[in-house]
Amino acid sequence: MTDASDVSPGEFPPGQEPWQPAQFAFDAESEAEIAVHLAKYPPGRQASAVIPLLYVVQKQMKRTTGSAWVPRAGMEAVAARLAMPPIRVFEVATFYLMFNLRPIGKWHLQLCTTTPCWLRGSDAVVAACREATGIEGWGETSADGMFTMTEVECVGACVNAPILQVNDDFYEDMDADRTRALLAALRDGTPPPAGSMAGRQASAPEGGPMTLTTLAFAPGEQADAG
Amino acid sequence: MTKLTIDGIEVEVPAGATVLQAAEAAGIEIPRFCYHERLSIAGNCRMCLVEIEKAPPKPIASCAWPAAEGMVVHTDSPMVRNARRGVMEFLLINHPLDCPICDQGGECDLQDQALGYGAGRSRYEENKRAVKDKNLGPLVKTVMTRCIHCTRCIRFITEVAGVPDLGATARGENMEVGTYVEKALGSELSGNIIDLCPVGALTSKPYAFVARSWELSKTDSVDVLDAVGAAIRVDARGPEVLRILPRLNDDVNEEWLGDKSRFSVDGLKRRRLDRPWVRRDGKLAPASWDEAFAAVADRFATARPERIGAITGDLVDAESVLALRDLMRRLGVVNLDCRQRGEQLSTERRDFYCFNSGIAGIDEADAILLIGTNPRREAPVLNARIRKRWLAAGSPVGLVGPAAELTYPARHLGDRPEAIAAGAALLAGAAKPMVILGAGATARPDGAAVLAAAWAVAAGAGGLRADWHGFNLLHHAAGMTGALDLGFVPGPRGKTAAEMVAGGVDVLFLLGADAIDAGRIPATTFVVYQGHHGDAGAARADVILPGAAYTEKDATYVNTEGRVQRGQRAVFPPGEAREDWKILRALSAALGHTLPYDDLDALRAQLDQANPVFGRVGFLPRFGCTDPTPPPGDAAALGSAPFAVTIPDYYRTDPISRASPTMAECSATFAAPLAAAAE
Repeated sequence: MTDASDVSPGEFPPGQEPWQPAQFAFDAESEAEIAVHLAKYPPGRQASAVIPLLYVVQKQMKRTTGSAWVPRAGMEAVAARLAMPPIRVFEVATFYLMFNLRPIGKWHLQLCTTTPCWLRGSDAVVAACREATGIEGWGETSADGMFTMTEVECVGACVNAPILQVNDDFYEDMDADRTRALLAALRDGTPPPAGSMAGRQASAPEGGPMTLTTLAFAPGEQADAG
Repeated sequence: MTKLTIDGIEVEVPAGATVLQAAEAAGIEIPRFCYHERLSIAGNCRMCLVEIEKAPPKPIASCAWPAAEGMVVHTDSPMVRNARRGVMEFLLINHPLDCPICDQGGECDLQDQALGYGAGRSRYEENKRAVKDKNLGPLVKTVMTRCIHCTRCIRFITEVAGVPDLGATARGENMEVGTYVEKALGSELSGNIIDLCPVGALTSKPYAFVARSWELSKTDSVDVLDAVGAAIRVDARGPEVLRILPRLNDDVNEEWLGDKSRFSVDGLKRRRLDRPWVRRDGKLAPASWDEAFAAVADRFATARPERIGAITGDLVDAESVLALRDLMRRLGVVNLDCRQRGEQLSTERRDFYCFNSGIAGIDEADAILLIGTNPRREAPVLNARIRKRWLAAGSPVGLVGPAAELTYPARHLGDRPEAIAAGAALLAGAAKPMVILGAGATARPDGAAVLAAAWAVAAGAGGLRADWHGFNLLHHAAGMTGALDLGFVPGPRGKTAAEMVAGGVDVLFLLGADAIDAGRIPATTFVVYQGHHGDAGAARADVILPGAAYTEKDATYVNTEGRVQRGQRAVFPPGEAREDWKILRALSAALGHTLPYDDLDALRAQLDQANPVFGRVGFLPRFGCTDPTPPPGDAAALGSAPFAVTIPDYYRTDPISRASPTMAECSATFAAPLAAAAE
């Protein structure tokens, strides 16, 4: 089996790459999730569940193979389950960049480089990732199969920029040192808790709250307000 | 009705019309790529931008904007012109400027509209994007870099053809139209996406680099490779027909054409009979017309009329059928038959053998029962019409006969005649029920009983009324209805086609009859074959008279509805081949029974006299059923044998398609895997 990281996209016809598994069947855990998703839609409208079901496929692949991706056989299984033509599922799966259509590393590093993250130093985070993983281009997987680096657009957490999303978790307030430390921890299999790497609470100011620090108003202010 | 003003012209359009449709009603042409009146509205090319007063102050895509009362629209304001120029500039960013090597050149929407809205030079200095070509099978060639993502092909294949194979994968600049996982388009209507494609992304594979559109002489004609009689345009250069395209005929084919009708053209050049042949010492030898006629006359002179027979084939035109009928009558021959497959059809009344609801009538049907037919293979364009009706109104469709994958859900009621009764429940309550019988329903020993039973079901469902005729026959062959109209069936004590083939006659005249089982003709029978292809009939013949194919003669055909249509000559027949009625006229002189017409007009006058329906060309009035008397046949005498598959291979059904290499390739691509899967 050829390793997905060795070839550039387009070298094989889509869906016929040598790393595609011959078949895919939902396991019991996936079936339970599918039942939940299908129940959300009225009869005859099951095709609406195509995106959740593709996530089910991706999660099952992560569980069973360690790599979160959607193989062609998985898309066809979704099509069969939802009574859709396979091409309609291919369209959805290729449209959304969150579905990985080729095997990826154990840790999927999704680096936001959109303007707010970039202004707050995403270049340094990217450089640290490259240095630590040895990955050169976007979408590539490290030689040891641990990491895949993907450039993503705004992930919607600009207030704690820059963001490094690892699999489903956001690591915020990144810089080069913290990135190196995070990647080392990931390599050891001990991911730190998600959230701000600067130690701040949620999106509160660094170093603790700056306002409303006391319950009482300062004398005089109240009179002015009146 | 909605009244609005477009460029100062006041028009009234039905409620729900779009601004683009209103502009068309006003006679103003709006450029477009993605909009197509028979497909859903996509609104993604943005070429049809117009300016509308008191609407959002921006250019508006007219194809997707409903016309409203009192609207004032400008289609040629500076804002509109600038907007369209901008759209065109964007389209041309990635479109290769390879018109000189593009097959669409000369008939390209993008080329035409770039003339009006394109800039003289490009401001884009980056590299153009390149897209891998897709393999869509033996008919459609792709150059996907030229694709402008109008999605017409996707919408056609999904909506009209009902074979959702095409889609748009990825997004933004990476968007590609294709099948994702490579596969050939499994639709019998796939050729239409070539016509729909506004650029050269989808072109005809067999026609690739063959000719330029402006070099072709274009002749309007009708298709004869199925019984629908689709309107076609025959494009020829010199002596060669190079391609066939559909023409608009809303009553018949709308603007679609089946792949067999479109791509069989290369069969017109192969296996042709271009000179007379006479069998001498067991071997066919080239002969002159005089020798051939003499050989026929010799044998006819010694045969008794009751031992002479004539059978007409699938592609015969009404003129030659009439000439043959008249000649045979003069010889006293009553053994005439046009029902090669043994269809048990009665010529007593015209509505016993026609598609009486009309093809356009499908648009009104609210329940359809198919008996012994697979319209997808027998008449793909008509099948698309049924699908259209199913999409629009959800009319239930029932199928009695071999299970088939149609392009709409059809309830399979059974594959034996007894299931016809179950169809009554499906049609119950329908205001306009339709019963459609294929050749598979009638070409069997109990065919008359099936016909009567189907009539009874149509009558029971209230489908035989003065305002609606729900009894329909879908023939295979374009020549069938015309021959039945001319009464080309056995006379009193006459023999049927099967009896004639099985030794019932000593002299057998085959006019393009290739669907008979030639192997059963006894060696002692003298066979004259008149036709244009060296197929089953010609192989067995003792004398071959080379005739003209449908593109080579002015001829009249009657489609399955009973619509009389005229085909026109686009090229001359090859070699010494002649138009069929002229051969018969010359033969009649050789036989000493000269037919009384010397030109086509005289012959057509005779045609009108033989059956007045031939006086009404093109137009077919809708008629109901005024006489509910059923066709002869005992509805209780139904057999128990299952209905047979009548067309195992859509791509090879007649001498022309069997001679076509393109059709052979299609057959290998599509029919062979199907046959293998069935085993």
